[in-house]
Amino acid sequence: MEFFGPVLDGFNVVLDPTNLLYCLLGVVVGMLIGVLPGLGPAATIAILLPMTYGVEPVTAIIMLAGIFYGAQYGGTITSVLLRLPGEASSVVTVFDGYVMAKQGRAGAALGIAAIGSFFGATISIIGLTFLAPLVASFALDFGPPEYTALAMLGILLVATISGGTKIKAIIAAAVGLFLATIGRDGFTGAERFTFGNLSLADGIDFVPIAMGLFGLGEILYNLEERHRAANAPVKVSKVWPQRKDIKEASGAIGRGSVLGFFLGILPGGGATIASLASYAMEKKTAKDPSRFGKGAIEGVAGPESANNAAATSSFIPLLTLGIPANATMAIIFGALLIQGITPGPQLINDNPQLFWGVVNSMYIGNILLLIMSIPLIGVFVKILRVRAAILAPITALITMLGAYTIRNSMFDVLLVVLFGAIGYLMKKFGFEPGPLVLAFVLGSLLESNLRRSLLVLEGDPTGFFTRPISATLLVLFIFVAVWPVIKSGIEKRKAGSLASTIASEKEKENA
Amino acid sequence: MDAKHARHDSTEKSLTSELTPEPQEAEALTPEELAAQWEAEAAEPAGPIANLLSSLVVLGLSIAGMALSVGLGLGTPSAPAAGMWPFVISLIAAVMAVAQIIVGRAGGRDGEKFSALSWYAAIGFATLILMVVLMPIIGFEIPSLLLCFVWMRWLGGERWRSATIYSILIVAAFYAIFIAALGTTIPRLF
Repeated sequence: MEFFGPVLDGFNVVLDPTNLLYCLLGVVVGMLIGVLPGLGPAATIAILLPMTYGVEPVTAIIMLAGIFYGAQYGGTITSVLLRLPGEASSVVTVFDGYVMAKQGRAGAALGIAAIGSFFGATISIIGLTFLAPLVASFALDFGPPEYTALAMLGILLVATISGGTKIKAIIAAAVGLFLATIGRDGFTGAERFTFGNLSLADGIDFVPIAMGLFGLGEILYNLEERHRAANAPVKVSKVWPQRKDIKEASGAIGRGSVLGFFLGILPGGGATIASLASYAMEKKTAKDPSRFGKGAIEGVAGPESANNAAATSSFIPLLTLGIPANATMAIIFGALLIQGITPGPQLINDNPQLFWGVVNSMYIGNILLLIMSIPLIGVFVKILRVRAAILAPITALITMLGAYTIRNSMFDVLLVVLFGAIGYLMKKFGFEPGPLVLAFVLGSLLESNLRRSLLVLEGDPTGFFTRPISATLLVLFIFVAVWPVIKSGIEKRKAGSLASTIASEKEKENA
Repeated sequence: MDAKHARHDSTEKSLTSELTPEPQEAEALTPEELAAQWEAEAAEPAGPIANLLSSLVVLGLSIAGMALSVGLGLGTPSAPAAGMWPFVISLIAAVMAVAQIIVGRAGGRDGEKFSALSWYAAIGFATLILMVVLMPIIGFEIPSLLLCFVWMRWLGGERWRSATIYSILIVAAFYAIFIAALGTTIPRLF
């Protein structure tokens, strides 16, 4: 019972009315932004950061997590009905989902996607419940060298796996690391790059950067992206899948869930890679692969289960190691830091209420999402008709007024607007904002651990290789750094897989 | 559309017409066709000049970063001073910028060319700056109303009537939420 005590206590946290309300709010917002083209979960979470100031840490994270996994459900709807993937992780759903809709089976596609998503997420939460404490207890022995290696590996993976040019992503990460050094140096007390400005002495705040680069940057970017007016959606009926559909899809759901769970733990790809891998796997294991692309229900069920399982399991590195696995997790990391909580291996023991509260809220959130995706699906299909032209100023105003409420400061609003312009320009010039924000969040952790390790190792960098864990992580780091060069050599001989090309295109648009 | 693609399209059309009761307009349905279609709809990559410019900006910034870091003192690996870490990062950025200048000299596939539509983003940015300037002086209501109206009418292509109605409704809703319900201290006129 020693293990399950805190887990069960976590349910008490979730069932607190405030937390339930924020969970509902989170998943509704997530579902909405999944359905609506334009803003992705990272942007939305960034924009809503000011909302988290006034509430308890656990409540805040429950809501933000809900937005993230809720978006995975919502993204399916546009993929199936309009052939417009709401999120990068729903790109492969288009292939069979839209054909199914054309054949008059939109309801079945959406229904099986919802059930698959629910199943994938639930398996993943259970996996998380058992795996997270293991990872955390393993990581308790980590010293500064291990953390240095881990943070470097995390940043590199996110930079190299995201869409776009690898070199530019590394540049973005370097800029993020540099921005994190602004302010007083924790070791020597020297002021760095503040140019005598007092308000910079404590460093640049994370919230304006995230709100600007992700939120406003994306809003500005969408202004010039002409979103085609949504066609009147196909009528959706018979959402409850029939026994035959479930029977056909059950294997795909099971395989997708397990695959997604494991791929989600790895830093970098998460939900998108999981959905691609699941589609490929279903096509490979199918008795008749030619059905794929022509309305095979497994082609919807597998990827949708996988992306939800991955979205859930990508919380593991954040909550147990303190290393965000993707841009969205970086923002949630930032939200925790604002609340005075540093995620890491101690989190489970020091703050079991928060840890298990957030984990268990996902059960509730997924039940709510299942209800919204099956009986209430009609409501969300109607929302597709809301025009982007009307949504854009609303999101802009939420960002502006929200930024003001953080500290009642017009300067913060100005910062958000300026970072918004930078975020827009970065996108136009092919630089991803994701690695920048992630590196910024991890910057001070990386620097202080690096300097501490150098003290421990007496300035000898080869000392990193004398410790087994840091050595392994650094070897991985080097492998990941060199891998693109090797891979491009291989790819020159063999054309890259089609689906991954498309997804990286979409990832660029939605990142 | 090249010949190969066209052939693909016609076989696909016959297939869809079997599946759907009435033949529909040719619509890309296979993953390959979708990929081609998305590719065609995607914005043009930023091109070689943008690549050179952005890389030079990064190079300039990282050289400045290195200079400032040296000014802070580098120290030794066993006793690093405040400037060591920023120096290393700036160095990495500088090396990457040079690499990008070389690798991306042909333009690459990333980024997006500025188009006539980019003015929309510029106008959007201008309205946001205007709002930052005006908000402390005349409160958030009128700037918000203007922002909504400009974004809907000119940036979004809404009609006069719907833009006016929705703008007023949105600002009223924001007033109700931020001022009446949450009681925030956002500068306001009323």
